Amino acid sequence: MKLELRSNKDFWSGVMFFLTGAGAILIARHYPFGSTLRMGPGYFPIVLSVILMVFGVYVMLRGLRKSEKIQGNWSIRALIVLPFSMALFGILMELAGFVPALVALVFVSAASGREFKFKEVLLLTLFLGVLSVAMFIWGLGLPYPLINKF
Amino acid sequence: MEIFHNLIFGFSVALSFQNLLYCFLGCFLGTLIGVLPGIGPLATIAMLMPITFALPPVAALIMLAGIYYGAQYGGSTTSILVNLPGETSSVITCIDGYQMARQGRAGPALAIAAIGSFFAGTVCTLIIALFGPPIAEMALKFASPEYFSLMMMGLIVAALLAPGDMVKSLAMVLMGLLLGCIGTDVDSGWRRFSFDIIELTDGIGFVVIAIGVFALGEIVANLGDPEERSVFTSNVGSLFPSKDDIKRSVGPIIRGTMLGAFFGVLPGTGPAIASFSSYMIEKKAAKDPSRFGKGAIEGVAGPEAANNADAQCKFIPMLTLGIPASGTMALMLGALMIHGIAPGPTVMTQRPDLFWGLIVSMWLGNVMLLILNLPLIGLWVSLLKVPYRLLFPGIMVFSCIGIYSLNNSPFELYLTALFGLFGFLWMKLECSPVPLMLGFVLGPMMEENLRRAMLISRGNPMVFLTRPISLAFVIVTILVIIVMAAPALRKRRGVITG
Repeated sequence: MKLELRSNKDFWSGVMFFLTGAGAILIARHYPFGSTLRMGPGYFPIVLSVILMVFGVYVMLRGLRKSEKIQGNWSIRALIVLPFSMALFGILMELAGFVPALVALVFVSAASGREFKFKEVLLLTLFLGVLSVAMFIWGLGLPYPLINKF
Repeated sequence: MEIFHNLIFGFSVALSFQNLLYCFLGCFLGTLIGVLPGIGPLATIAMLMPITFALPPVAALIMLAGIYYGAQYGGSTTSILVNLPGETSSVITCIDGYQMARQGRAGPALAIAAIGSFFAGTVCTLIIALFGPPIAEMALKFASPEYFSLMMMGLIVAALLAPGDMVKSLAMVLMGLLLGCIGTDVDSGWRRFSFDIIELTDGIGFVVIAIGVFALGEIVANLGDPEERSVFTSNVGSLFPSKDDIKRSVGPIIRGTMLGAFFGVLPGTGPAIASFSSYMIEKKAAKDPSRFGKGAIEGVAGPEAANNADAQCKFIPMLTLGIPASGTMALMLGALMIHGIAPGPTVMTQRPDLFWGLIVSMWLGNVMLLILNLPLIGLWVSLLKVPYRLLFPGIMVFSCIGIYSLNNSPFELYLTALFGLFGFLWMKLECSPVPLMLGFVLGPMMEENLRRAMLISRGNPMVFLTRPISLAFVIVTILVIIVMAAPALRKRRGVITG
């Protein structure tokens, strides 16, 4: 039973809906609720959250009854590396400038795939680098320094 | 003949050098990216959207529309030449289109697909021009109770008709509405769900969610389950369809256009439903149904006309009522708002240049696509050979620069990364993110209209039932719920008794 629960897609969808609703109520509990006539900032989100929690419980129970499994693979590597490469781009844009951020982004994101050929990625970086500098910096005139001076 | 006057005005806007250029650019980029397998129109638009923010509103919308139907068009090229649809609406085209390509008739298949789409695009341009103004005029009389009921109807019907589980889609709408609450409450100035983070007090940008969920989440999923690609690119052959091909295609194209236009205005029904029903009808109407699945040209002509008609008619509720009927239209609506245009029936009267310019440019875009696609087919074919491992870093680059340029700060990138994780999780749990996007875009407007409706009625919720137009929306919503839920209930009863 426990093993089945781990990949039960409806059960976990329900849990997600329920927790989102519960979390929103917890955060919004001090917002002025108001009345139906004059709704405060808390009215709409709390009503939504309550309905969402009801949906969550229903989907959870349905999942226990039907127990359908989650399909496909969990690409854990890509799941960690790709969002990280995105955040890294943001940090490097501030610290080092457009070109270093772009190089890091292409290399790190390419590393999240199954195949990584250094020469190929290098060429790709060059291509994307020239393209985006031409398009965004010179074409659209975005005000980012290519490389920061320290 | 006001419509001619309006269309001529539209031509004068759309034919300006700048707008023509952006229309072409949009069509070109859209086709380019739409041809690449594994990137759908939603991801394409989300990714290219920040580029258009620097343009004037009319040019931006024209370019976005170009990207949208360009991507739609590119998808059909992919599905004929590769047995792999770029997006769900092209699944049907795969069946007979790919068979035709294997028989060495890829050229006629592509040509008929292009001609069918062009015909559908032309008819739907006229439909929008004819029916847009009266709908908007009617909607001008709406007050907040009508708007609230209309939005509720739009969201619920979209969730129920969208592919995937109905209950989960409704829950995703609620999640979207909740996400829309983040930020400063316009009424009270209260900072909701912003955890004292200054960037969150303005709310989350819809581009952040769109790119996170539709681009980043999709890439992560694609890397986990790599697709087997069998590119069929030996030779496209002569593009010209034979007399027999044309004779066979006329009926399917006309029927497909009508079907697509009908499904197009319904919220939630993706182009897949339109093209699927067109295929079924052509198969039923055919003298020899056994030809279908073995390279029948009718199976390409009808569905392609249908999905293009659907894509184009989705603009009607968006432009006249401010109600997005699909994920793409939610993005278009968001783009309008970013340009400071309040969506709704006033767009037509306050920004006639935008409304008519956009409509005429849609038709011009269809002409361009016809010119762009057929002679350049060799270029598109060679693009199909680019492996995914070279594509997705490019998507990442465009997405990241676009998001960074929103505010020139890395915060949005962190948020997008987070939504990428959610997007992947939702994909795994089979919770469709499109209803969430619709809820997110409509959420703030819905809350505002609910508040105003309650003020008008002194807190009496019966106001939604006593006003006739609002009542009509409520009744339609309930009818759709009954129709959609009835088969599920019946099935369950069958399980219990049997």
